[in-house]
Amino acid sequence: MDTIEPKGRSMKARTLDFARGRVDMSHGGGGRAMAQLIDEVFRSAFDNPVLDRGDDQALLDVGAGRIAFSTDSYVISPLFFPGGDIGSLAVHGTVNDLAMAGAVPQWLSSAFIIEEGFLLADLKRIADSMASAARAAGVAIVTGDTKVVERGKGDGVFINTAGIGVVPPGVDIHPRRARPGDAILVSGTIGDHGVAILSHRQGLAFETDIVSDSAPLHGLVAAMLTAAPDLHVLRDPTRGGVAATLNEIAQAAGVGMRLNESALPVRTQVRGACELLGLDPLNVANEGKLLAICAAADADRVLAAMRAHAFGRDAAIIGSVVEDPSRFVAMDTVFGGRRMVDWLTGEQLPRIC
Amino acid sequence: MKYIDEFRDGAAARAVAARIAAEAVPAREYRLMEFCGGHTHAIFRYGIPDLLPPNVRMIHGPGCPVCVLPIGRLDLAIDLALRPKVTLCTYGDMMRVPGSRKRSLLRAKAEGADVRIVYSATDALRLARELPDREVVFFAIGFETTTPPTAVAVQIAAAEGLRNFSVYCNHVLTPPALVHLLETANPEDPEPVRIDGFVGPAHVSVVIGTDAYQRFAEHYRKPVVIAGFEPLDVLQSILMLVRQINDGRATIENEYSRAVVPAGNLRAQEIVGDVLQVRETFEWRGLGEVPFSALRLRGKYAAFDAEHRFAVAPVKARENKACECPAILRGVKRPTDCGIFGTVCTPENPMGSCMVSAEGACAAYYTYGRHKQPAVA
Repeated sequence: MDTIEPKGRSMKARTLDFARGRVDMSHGGGGRAMAQLIDEVFRSAFDNPVLDRGDDQALLDVGAGRIAFSTDSYVISPLFFPGGDIGSLAVHGTVNDLAMAGAVPQWLSSAFIIEEGFLLADLKRIADSMASAARAAGVAIVTGDTKVVERGKGDGVFINTAGIGVVPPGVDIHPRRARPGDAILVSGTIGDHGVAILSHRQGLAFETDIVSDSAPLHGLVAAMLTAAPDLHVLRDPTRGGVAATLNEIAQAAGVGMRLNESALPVRTQVRGACELLGLDPLNVANEGKLLAICAAADADRVLAAMRAHAFGRDAAIIGSVVEDPSRFVAMDTVFGGRRMVDWLTGEQLPRIC
Repeated sequence: MKYIDEFRDGAAARAVAARIAAEAVPAREYRLMEFCGGHTHAIFRYGIPDLLPPNVRMIHGPGCPVCVLPIGRLDLAIDLALRPKVTLCTYGDMMRVPGSRKRSLLRAKAEGADVRIVYSATDALRLARELPDREVVFFAIGFETTTPPTAVAVQIAAAEGLRNFSVYCNHVLTPPALVHLLETANPEDPEPVRIDGFVGPAHVSVVIGTDAYQRFAEHYRKPVVIAGFEPLDVLQSILMLVRQINDGRATIENEYSRAVVPAGNLRAQEIVGDVLQVRETFEWRGLGEVPFSALRLRGKYAAFDAEHRFAVAPVKARENKACECPAILRGVKRPTDCGIFGTVCTPENPMGSCMVSAEGACAAYYTYGRHKQPAVA
């Protein structure tokens, strides 16, 4: 046979070495190396028909209801932490932002900014983690972008995800709907994510078995909406913790809040770490918890629905909305006094999400 | 949580509060100063004023190291940080304290100064080893509690022959400040603050012991109760002070006996004595010059003394006229007496040091106690 077969290697710039290889500038250059990286790392992991079309945009079929649209960038350090990594966090964070409007999250975009020299093995690990987090959450990653920046111009990898979800007709969840008399609920123990990150910080490492609570919450929200369709407010208390989130809601709605410190669910290990470091669990970030505000008459039903869900087992009613022109969030302490729960000033911890 | 919940128990608190209310003589005013910022923080975080009768009043003392550092000393630290080869290591709460001309370490960092937040003097030592081409300066502040770790760091640096590590020493001493509060009337005050008794510091006393306070009982006839930082500790110590005052006694009592002994931590005192010596005088924000109230490195460790190494000259800085930090630190005024409290001066945009540190009286009032203030239109 005299026919000339093209050599297989001509199709690929070179084989990606997932054992020792690193991202270099050519992986962001728009040439074959970039196409190969996208193909072998991202497209294979995120695998879905919309992405497979390989177009510059994803075309989505939208049914009835309003569209919820959200974006978030993830710059966490360290990239891998107990209970998750930047990849799973980038899925959960954006999914949760959609879920807090009662939306059913459906599609995500993912944009990577990778520092030259980043280990391919770590990149693959992150992409695979994103893919499995997306699958578990029932969302498809349908469009993406990859950029490589010179060494020293980034910190390993930054990820941006944007998400689209559909809010079913009749659902109206908004911070302005908090009304005096409403009950305030939290879906579980607070401060787990922040303490898990902190425990792995260089210069601060301490031994703890706390893992991040990073989780997608739209399933929990759906269960809550089934129990009580007229939920007033949902928010996930990420950066700034429960304290910042409740203050935001109080500001938006023009109301005050009264919390009961003894009702706050806090793990013993988290309390211990906070004692040691002089932190208040109310200011520490969460990535798999939500705060809910609903009519007092609905509170028990919502609580029961939360506790029946895997991501709401430790849910609790932690206080109530009150009339207060000053819009203060105050708390009756375990000790019997009352104090304000204020926003945190400055940075408690750098780059926790 | 073991050994923590016990000291935050609401039922126990109500019982102690009931005893205070029963034993405090209604016709009498009890003016008690908690010297230490850690106590100020605990008092507000747990809402202790709600549990006290109106005639038992807590006066917040100057025991917050960030708050009492004079602006001039902070300006010097900023100048040091801006030197080309210097890496300045600081505790996090110094970053946002405003110096002269709205300067701060945070702003210096944004302008390119190499300022690192560390959690201990040991972290600064580690940085010095990792960055042999940099001059690593540890910005040492604090009372007797944080002094021994600084002294140990200097000893280790000397033993290792580290040539690029030095300490900018601003360590201050508790007893001389207490003496100053009792003895020196500030010309700006209409009348000196009246103090009937002191809640004595917790961690400071672990190091210096209860004996260090003896003269307050004997010479000044003021009761002192050393108290732990848990809210029940504070409440119990207030009850003990009320009882001493009712009995006309002035003794040193130790509520924090689970950690404090009469002589203190002798090993720590020995290390501090080896490395540091008392300065003849030192400026405190709010108190002015206080004799024998601060520490510097001894001559044999001069190579590790940043003031010696960089030949810094003292600068005299001016206070912001509207800021009442000095009078608040003397216990003469409350944060709410200050015209800019909560309006111009907030934790996000602090004018004075008392609004920056979590242990500062203004920050505690603002963060935990604002709901008690009448609404500002």
